[in-house]
Amino acid sequence: MSGRAWKFKDNISTDEITPGRYISLRSNVPELAKHTLEDARAEFPSRVNPGDFVVAAKNFGMGSSREHAPLVIKTCGVRAVLALSFARIFYRNAINIGLPALICDTTKIDEGDQLELHLSEGYVEDLTKDARIPFPKMSKTMEAILNEGGLIPYVEKHGDLLLA
Amino acid sequence: MSGGKTLAEKIIGEHTASGRVSAGEVVIVKVDYTFSHDAAGPLLINQLNKLRIDPAGTSRENTIFFIDHAVPSPTKELSNDQETVRRHAQSNNLTLSDAGNGICHQVMAEDYTSPGDLVVGTDSHTCTSGGLCAFATGMGATDIAVAMKLRKTWLRVPETIKVRANGHLKKGVYAKDVILKTLSILGADGATYKSIEFDGSAIDELDVYGRLTLTNMAVEAGAKTGLIKSDAHTRQYLSDFGREEKWREILADEDAIYESETNFDASDLEPQVALPYSPDNVKPISEVKDVKVNEVFIGSCTNTRIEDMRIVAKIFEKNKKAKGLKLIVTPSSSKVYLRCIKEGIAEKLLDAGAVITPAGCGVCFGALGGIPADNDVIFSSSNRNFPGRTGNPNAKTYLGSPATAAATAINGYISDPREFL
Repeated sequence: MSGRAWKFKDNISTDEITPGRYISLRSNVPELAKHTLEDARAEFPSRVNPGDFVVAAKNFGMGSSREHAPLVIKTCGVRAVLALSFARIFYRNAINIGLPALICDTTKIDEGDQLELHLSEGYVEDLTKDARIPFPKMSKTMEAILNEGGLIPYVEKHGDLLLA
Repeated sequence: MSGGKTLAEKIIGEHTASGRVSAGEVVIVKVDYTFSHDAAGPLLINQLNKLRIDPAGTSRENTIFFIDHAVPSPTKELSNDQETVRRHAQSNNLTLSDAGNGICHQVMAEDYTSPGDLVVGTDSHTCTSGGLCAFATGMGATDIAVAMKLRKTWLRVPETIKVRANGHLKKGVYAKDVILKTLSILGADGATYKSIEFDGSAIDELDVYGRLTLTNMAVEAGAKTGLIKSDAHTRQYLSDFGREEKWREILADEDAIYESETNFDASDLEPQVALPYSPDNVKPISEVKDVKVNEVFIGSCTNTRIEDMRIVAKIFEKNKKAKGLKLIVTPSSSKVYLRCIKEGIAEKLLDAGAVITPAGCGVCFGALGGIPADNDVIFSSSNRNFPGRTGNPNAKTYLGSPATAAATAINGYISDPREFL
């Protein structure tokens, strides 16, 4: 299954991903998700389709530790977030809820390109450009958590918090 | 085994089975405090309820829930969220810091965090406690749910960037100006995954009230935490809050290995201002001219400890806010609020034309109170000025010290506080 690339610039903050002014919607994630990234690209929440990709530049997800940031992106059906780099807490939060956050050379991807994720093979295929964009293996523990679908199922499986 | 240890390596090491770690290792650490709040608590409790494992001997002590992010609650939805948090804390015998008691990071520093502790919370500014030489870092709701259940978490021992502020801060120049200068050097992602250790004579001279401002904004460079040694100032601070017995000296080893070192002379520093839309977009105040402002916010976990309030009160002593300007002041905790009343600070603020809100986070992140009108220009003593941060994407925010904020409120444009000191 392929999806469309939605490009974003450097330093997209969690305030832009899910603004604090919608704090009253935090216990109603489907409603909150209708405002995903609207301050960065107003058309995103109404036009994004399941299977699409958020394709960012440097330091995506900087700022707050609100887990609602990756959660609303996941709720929109986004297949993966690709970026040149991620802010630390966003990255950990994304993996913890089973949303792939992958560090790769997003400069080669253009707005609207059709992408396909090959997670276990370690690359994104840009169908529009007929190109493969590899991403490095994530740390063992991160990979193990993502493979279980997130931190809760990971801890449940092992009955403890273990390093992979 | 390598030789000397940074503050981060020392504290993390003390919380591992081996007792000794080096940067780059991935380790399981036991945690001393875990906390959450009304903005993340319901999601955390949801995750917690999915965890069926319940290890024997799990301690319920040192787990704290704060109601601070939108107080008093402005909507029925948030009231319900806060009720969820309140009930969870009470039914599980956890510590509850209820609405009005204060911003979580301030209350942690007043009542809980001790030097050498390992603290994790569902808030990016958890690193504030690093000013008391605790390894403190923010995580999301799921990580903290697991940490609350198991009293441990996993992390990669960070490399450390040393930031050395030499010389002596001049009158009218504060910790806030030091951290803004630091951010301008490191950049918004210059310390991602790293620990920032602050050192140098200007840091030695800072009391913990100021140090907490420095470590609070370490995350604005992407850092995992900010740390400052535990010394005589730390002891004095703990004593101020009746916790002197919690003090111990913690210093980095002289032969500790740092990834990099940044030096600047604090004696040359003038008040600093972060321009829209990033805390690392910083200029000295002499280069920020003719910026008209119509809202000033003096608040947040970054500033508005009692020392800040005293400075602000002094600036407002003979001066009122500019006509038509909105001035909002949020003391960071009920303890600070009460001292503002007892010391006559509240009276001076009200005389100057301020609206004083209960202690909380609402104004800083656009959740409650002080939401700007379209095209408003805000000057804030808080930590972030990202697009939309204050609740209206059609407004812009400048950041600086509480003193600079007070001077700006008087003149109605961004102003150097030294003209009032």
